[in-house]
Order: sequence, then structure tokens, then C-alpha cells
Amino acid sequence: MYQRAIHNDMVEKLQKDILSLQGFRVPAEGQRISFGLGAIENAFPNRIFPTGAIHELLSDTRENAAATTGFVAGLLGSIMQKGGICLWISNKRTLFPPALKFFGIEPDKIIFIDVQNEKDLLWMVEEALKCQALSAVVGELKEISLTESRRLQLAVEQSRVTGFLHRFNPKNTHTIASVARWKISQLPSETEKGMPGVGFSRWHVELLKVRNGEPGSWKLQWSAGRFEHVIRYKVTKPEPDLMNIA
Amino acid sequence: MSVWFRHLTTDRWIVSQPELKDVPFVLAAPERGRMVIKAVNVRAEVMGIENGMVVADARAVLPALLVFDYKPGFAEKLLLAFGTWCIRFTPIVSVDPPDGLILDITGCTHLWGGERAYLKDIVNRIRGAGYDVRAAIADTIGTAWAVCRFGTVTPLIPPEGEQAALSALPPAALRLEADTLERMQKLGFYQIRNFMNIPRSVLRRRFGPHLLYRMDQALGAEEELIDPIRPVEPYQERLSSLEPIRTATGINIALRKLLEALCGRLSKEGKGLRKGVFMGYRMDGKIEQIEIGTNSASCHVEHLFRLFELKVSSIEPALGIELFILEAPVVEELDQMQETLWNITGNNNQSEITELLDRLTGRGGMQIVHRYLPDAHYWPERSVKEAVSIQEKPQIEWRTDKPRPVSLLPKPERIEVAALQPDYPPAVFRHQGKVYHIRKADGPERIEQEWWIEEGLHRDYYCVEDMKGARYWIFRLGHYNEDKEDMPEWFIHGFFA
Repeated sequence: MYQRAIHNDMVEKLQKDILSLQGFRVPAEGQRISFGLGAIENAFPNRIFPTGAIHELLSDTRENAAATTGFVAGLLGSIMQKGGICLWISNKRTLFPPALKFFGIEPDKIIFIDVQNEKDLLWMVEEALKCQALSAVVGELKEISLTESRRLQLAVEQSRVTGFLHRFNPKNTHTIASVARWKISQLPSETEKGMPGVGFSRWHVELLKVRNGEPGSWKLQWSAGRFEHVIRYKVTKPEPDLMNIA
Repeated sequence: MSVWFRHLTTDRWIVSQPELKDVPFVLAAPERGRMVIKAVNVRAEVMGIENGMVVADARAVLPALLVFDYKPGFAEKLLLAFGTWCIRFTPIVSVDPPDGLILDITGCTHLWGGERAYLKDIVNRIRGAGYDVRAAIADTIGTAWAVCRFGTVTPLIPPEGEQAALSALPPAALRLEADTLERMQKLGFYQIRNFMNIPRSVLRRRFGPHLLYRMDQALGAEEELIDPIRPVEPYQERLSSLEPIRTATGINIALRKLLEALCGRLSKEGKGLRKGVFMGYRMDGKIEQIEIGTNSASCHVEHLFRLFELKVSSIEPALGIELFILEAPVVEELDQMQETLWNITGNNNQSEITELLDRLTGRGGMQIVHRYLPDAHYWPERSVKEAVSIQEKPQIEWRTDKPRPVSLLPKPERIEVAALQPDYPPAVFRHQGKVYHIRKADGPERIEQEWWIEEGLHRDYYCVEDMKGARYWIFRLGHYNEDKEDMPEWFIHGFFA
């Protein structure tokens, strides 16, 4: 028994070492950011939402792109809580800055870079990710190759900046060097029974790929400035998604 | 120093068409219905043809005379080109129409080993290019001008030697008006010494104040200023090279040296560079130049060097670059306080961010960086304004009392709607051929057009959700009318998260 326990400890320690080699570092107690993602965080190694890494988000329609922007804004709100500057680099930006305030971000702390050329855009994302003074970088772009994404990955491994790549309708969806691939789509909101109007923003959050973690899908809504899991979801027949809700 | 091109335009013709070298020709332009000679080449001049003669008269003197069209403005353009070329000898060069240049060479000649060598170098180079040129150096512009055009002894006038140099020259050397000269001719004043010592009051009565003014200018009693073709920037560093530089490494070394000098000066004065221009004067007379801009004042050599480095490859040295100039046309006070005042990064890393922005704008242009502040307007397009600097702080709070979409269309797009009742949110709308069935709706939020800025109808905004859960921001422009045919227009303006 005793030997086995030691063995388990060793395996666990080795696993942690491997993870840290792969870029999943356990942040010090004081530096850990609470994202309030609940069960989603369990999908990641060490049960921590990885910061200082590249997250890839896919969207196909303008509606889902808005939902994705909302989800990213929610995450940014947590990252930027202690102050900080974020760079938002895109070539077809539709983001309306005042809306960011609803996600807990001071819109004046975001610097927008609007650049037409996609090649320049990628170079700028890389330069920005190398800059340790930034809290996060959001890049809105279409295509990125594996090699290009590796360069970004190398940059964040040095600088520990969190990067979000929002890819709208990409032609190529082959794997890139990101810690996770997300897909966010909109869900009908719900209001208290009999109440009129539109409810909180509600999303179907799919974690399609995650390095060393378990993909899954969840239903989230953004209410009162934080993420909230939707458990009381009205369904006529049981959905497989419900299995994943903790 | 004064430089005089004796046959500026005709020399240019000979340079471009060498076969004209031994042929008498003139350039002429129509004036009051006659062809009047504007420029004469050496050959024609020897034959007695002069400026201002009518072509027909000149032909009578010299039947073989060739006549070409005189292009107005051509001489000025040529002079300006020569003036720009002369900047390699001194930073202050001015054009002296119609056919001269004035160079302020204070403190420049020792680099060439004295005034004689300096003058020789300039004159030989211009002569080498095929232009007949004379030059003279004196302490005043007036004397230099006079000696350059009329002097016969020496082109170098020592300090205090103006009076002696001028005395033997004709009155025309004083840059006088034609009728004054004519009157002097009549009175027998063939040399300046004839009237130099006449009492000033007498001269004034006879010839007016202009003569005295010109004499004072020539003798240094009256100050004369020149208007340089390129104003000298207060923050400028120059570096001339012994051998023409052709390699990127050489250019980089020059750039770094100049930056070190300039930044040292700027930081001593507590200033920082906002805009920098790096120029290279090429052997063949062309000027290569690159420009950078920064997002906040900086006198950090490494950083500025990196900004320039991105563009150095666009410099074409061709035969080589003789002179490098680094200018800072825009400088600002270095704000020592800015880090403490605007500590939004939380860890005093602002300079790192502005340096990053400088690199990005160096590649993409200044217009790519945007930062927004709230503005006191309800009209959505005007509710944000662009921040002028990275340091600017919001004057008012960002509002969250009314819903605003995360994604706003740059221009509202037309939709067709069907509503159950007027003044109700629509039940169905059609946008770009697709039909959306609305399940839930909030609103309306009426936003009035600000008539003092722009005329127009108000908007009634609704936040609606369709069957799939997508949330839209749509609005109706204006009121419902009683008149059924005049239905108000509906637009989609944004997407909620």
C-alpha cells in the first residue's frame, strides 16, 4: 500500500513536471486569476485555466462571432481586473468599445490596432505577444498556419502573455499550436417565467481541443458580471451535453 | 558666399545637347508681340547678342543664330536643384534669383581646409558639371554679390576689406534699380569710389534711400538676412563621410552615431523625439530619406535605432552617400510624471508598451493605433471619441445603463420587417435574403438625433432575439405614420453577445 502511494506521488510529480515543460505552469498562489468558469476549468490540466498561452476560438456566423467576442471579453475582464493593457489587433473590427464595460473591462484600457494586411497583422500579433507589459492580446484573423502559430507559442512561453486568436470563418481548420480550441455559439436566453424581454447572454461553449485535457461542452450565461453555468435548462429530451455539467 | 551662374539655362541646354556647344544660340520668349531674348550662350554673347534684344534684331547681327523656346520657371527650378545640392557644403543655402545662390558658410570652411579650398571645391565641382560659374566670399552678402559678378582681383574678401573691394566696382554691383543706375551713368559715377564719400544727406536727396540702404548692406552697417531653401531644424545632427558610404553596415553606423549625438542633446534639455527624419545626400545629387514617428516623446537611442532600422533597407546608396543628416522636426517635453499619473499598466511598464506601439506603427503607419474614450452623446456613433494620445484619460464614466451590442456594424443595414402592431417590436425581419423570426424583444430605447450636429430622424432601438438565440440590435427610423404608404425604415445596427 505504502509503496503504491509513493508510486502515485511520483507519477503525479512527473506528470506535473511534464506539464510545466509543455508550458502549463502552475501560477503562484497570489497570481492565480479566478475566471469563475467552474466546471470548465476542470477540463484543463492542473484544473487551471491556462494563462500565458494561446487560445484559439472559431466562429462561423456574425452572430456567433459576437458571442465569441463576448466570451473573450468575459475572460479578459478577469485577466485585466488588476489593471493592465490589452492590445486588440484586427483587420475587420466591428467591436463597439462601450460594450466592453458590460464585461468588466474599462474600454479605454484596450488599444486597438486596425491593420489591413493579414501578413502585417500576424507580425504585429507576434510582436505584441512578446511584450511582457501587456496583459493580453486579442488577434482577429482568418488564416494561420501551424508554423506561424508555433512562433506565437514560442513568444508567449517567454513573455507569459495570454493570447486569444479569434478566427472568423477560416478556410483551414487544421490543428495549430494552441493550448485550446473553442467554439462559442449563441443560445436562446431565458427570463423568469412570464416576464417579457430578452434575458442574459447565453452561450453554448464547446472546448473542441485541449492539450492534455478533456474536451467538452457546456452552457454558460453572462449574468451580473460573471459566468454562470446554466443547469436549469429547459429541455424536452435529455441532451448529452448535460452529462458534462458538474 | 555668393555663387553666380553666368549662363545658367543655356549651359543646361548644352549639358543635355552637347552638339550645341560651339553654336551660338539663344532662348527667347514672346513679349508684347515680339520674341525677346531671355538667355544667351557664350558663343552668341561673344558675337554681341545680349539679353533683352528682340530676336529679329539679333538675327540681323548674326543670321546663323539658333532660337529655342524659353520656358518660364525653368531657371528657378535649376537654381533650387543647385541650392539643394549645395546643402552638403553648408546647411544654410538660399536662392538668389535670377541666376545666383547665397550660402552662409560661417564655420564651414575649416572642414575643407580654409576658404580658398572651399571655394575651389564648389566652383570646380559645378564647372565639372558643365556650368560657367563664379563665386566670391565676403563678410556681407552685398559685397560677396558684387565681387562675384564684377570683381577682377580676388574672390576672397578679408574682413573689413569691403570698402576697398567695392571702390573699384561699377555702381551696378550694389544691386540698384535700373533708373538709379542710368542717372549715375549720366552724372559720371562710373565707379563706387566716385560717390562713396559724398555726404549721405546729399545722396539721399539725389537718389532716394534705396542707394544708401544697399551701400549699408554691402558695407555691413545694415543687416541682411537670407531665406534658406530648407529651414534649418533646431534639432539636427550632420555627419559627412570621408569616403562615400554604400553598405547597410556603414549607414547603420552613421545612423547610430547621429542618434547618439541627437539623443544626448535632447535628454540634456529634457526633451524627446516625436518625429525623426534621416537623410542621406548621394554622390549623384539625389537625397534619400526615411522618416519615423513615435507615440510618445523618446530619447532612447536603442529604441529609435530599431525604428529606423526597419526602414534602412529602403535607402538606395547607389554610388555612395557623402553626408548624413538626422533631424527631429517634432520634439516634445519628456514627461517625467507620466508613469505615476497614468499607471494603468499596474507595473510601470508603459514605456515598453509605447515602444511596442512605435514598432507597430513603424510598419503599419500612424493611423493603425486607436484608443477610445467615452463621449457625452447618446447617438451610438458619437458615443465614443478617439483618444489623441496614449496618456489621455476618460473625462466621464463609461455607461452601462442601456444595452449596447459588442459588435456594431460600421453602417446600419436596411431590413424589412413585419410587426403585429404599429409601435410594437417586429415579429419577423428579413436581412440580406434571410428571414429571422423574433421570439423575444426589449425596447424601445429612443435616441434622438442631435439636431445641432446633424439633421435627421430619431431612432427607436430594440434588442431582439430570434428562434436560434441570436441577439440583434435593430432600430426604426422615425415615427409610424398614419399614411400607410409611407412606412418607416428599419435597420439592423449590431449584434449582442
